[in-house]
Amino acid sequence: MVAIVDYGVGNLFSLKSSLAAIGADVVVTADKALLETADRIILPGVGAFGDAAQKLRESGLDRVLKTVAANGTPLLGICLGMQLLFEKSYEYGEHEGLGLIPGSVKPIADVLPSNDYKIPHIGWNPLIFKQENDLFRYIQNGDCVYFVHSYYATDCEESTVATAEYGAELTAAVARGNVYGCQFHPEKSGTVGLNILRAFIEPKENVSC
Amino acid sequence: MITKRIIPCLDVRDGRVVKGVNFEGLHDVSSPVSLAKYYSDNGADELVFYDITASSDGRKLFTDILCETAKSVFIPLTVGGGINTVADFDRVLKCGADKVSVNSGAIRNPDLIAEAAKLYGDQCVVLSVDIKRVDGVFRVFAKGGRENTGMEAIEWIKRCVGNGAGEVVVNSIDTDGVKQGFDLPMLKAVCDAVSVPVIASGGAGKIEDFITLFQTLPHVDAGLAASIFHFGEVSIHDLKQHMATAKIPTRL
Repeated sequence: MVAIVDYGVGNLFSLKSSLAAIGADVVVTADKALLETADRIILPGVGAFGDAAQKLRESGLDRVLKTVAANGTPLLGICLGMQLLFEKSYEYGEHEGLGLIPGSVKPIADVLPSNDYKIPHIGWNPLIFKQENDLFRYIQNGDCVYFVHSYYATDCEESTVATAEYGAELTAAVARGNVYGCQFHPEKSGTVGLNILRAFIEPKENVSC
Repeated sequence: MITKRIIPCLDVRDGRVVKGVNFEGLHDVSSPVSLAKYYSDNGADELVFYDITASSDGRKLFTDILCETAKSVFIPLTVGGGINTVADFDRVLKCGADKVSVNSGAIRNPDLIAEAAKLYGDQCVVLSVDIKRVDGVFRVFAKGGRENTGMEAIEWIKRCVGNGAGEVVVNSIDTDGVKQGFDLPMLKAVCDAVSVPVIASGGAGKIEDFITLFQTLPHVDAGLAASIFHFGEVSIHDLKQHMATAKIPTRL
């Protein structure tokens, strides 16, 4: 069973639909016991980092996520959900994240070379792979995925799996053991995105087949 | 490098896709769900569903169709038409829309864009403007292009972007349906005025019109069209192959 963490941030319709479309047994939940028994967990998110981090803390879901991640449950953060995996964010102040992946989140505006690049970084951009990772076993270098974001993860070279070029190289995907993150929206990235989600939900023992 | 988006627009009335020439003389094309799936499978980068239904029965039919589409199509969906309140945003976002396009609703209620942007984020709010030259001045038209509001278009767009509109769709009434190419002077004026993504609409008749658009105005992010795609005059697959050959960043 794949659990999508429901903590009142963003629209989960497409994510749920895309997982259902690839045959996943999916629940959208804030139930801690259910999350603790889930085979896989997806942390979605749209909006501001500070609000989202606060909602996770107030609901106690931050502790659950840290526990399941430590126990080896595959955890995938998407968009703001990916940013929340990091130690801190500088979006409107300074906010603490889950700290599951070393690094921080900063404004894209800080690294753009000119005003020719619009913010948010919105649209389809090809992935540039930096290292191999099982989550992307069905994806090729140069495949396009759909981004919508104004902040990006940085100081995370070791865990960076892929980047996207937008004036600067922006972190597009990260992984550290059983914890994965996509800055882009796989649920909005057509067949490429569905294949990333497929790789995430497939049982590990099938990987070599 | 971010790719230029190709966006088919589906005008939906009473659950069916229609498209008019110069906003009049509508005729039936196809089922929105199957057309959306077809476009998604054939390279569309995004879809716009435009609800031109007037009745509440039709509105319900539209949201049902939207839900059904969003369950099987996994590319960004933008919804417009009949968006007058934050409750309208909520209604279509719950059915799987990613972005919501406002046009006359923002003219009637100048606070709508700011309220929606605060609730759902700038990236969710698309300003759609119908523009026509009147005595050499770009004027904003309301009610599907039938009513001159008297507002100067560039000032209106700047104000809406300042309020939180995250993208602008520029529909040129002057070139719409004429199929002689996009309205490059109008689009340039908008690109020069705002820093958010600009989507060109109205006038595409052939593949070369898109090539000319992106080569002449590199700041235009996307090209939107309806009937030329629906009637098979331009295939999105062929269009994108030509764009790639012309060295325009394209998702193939």
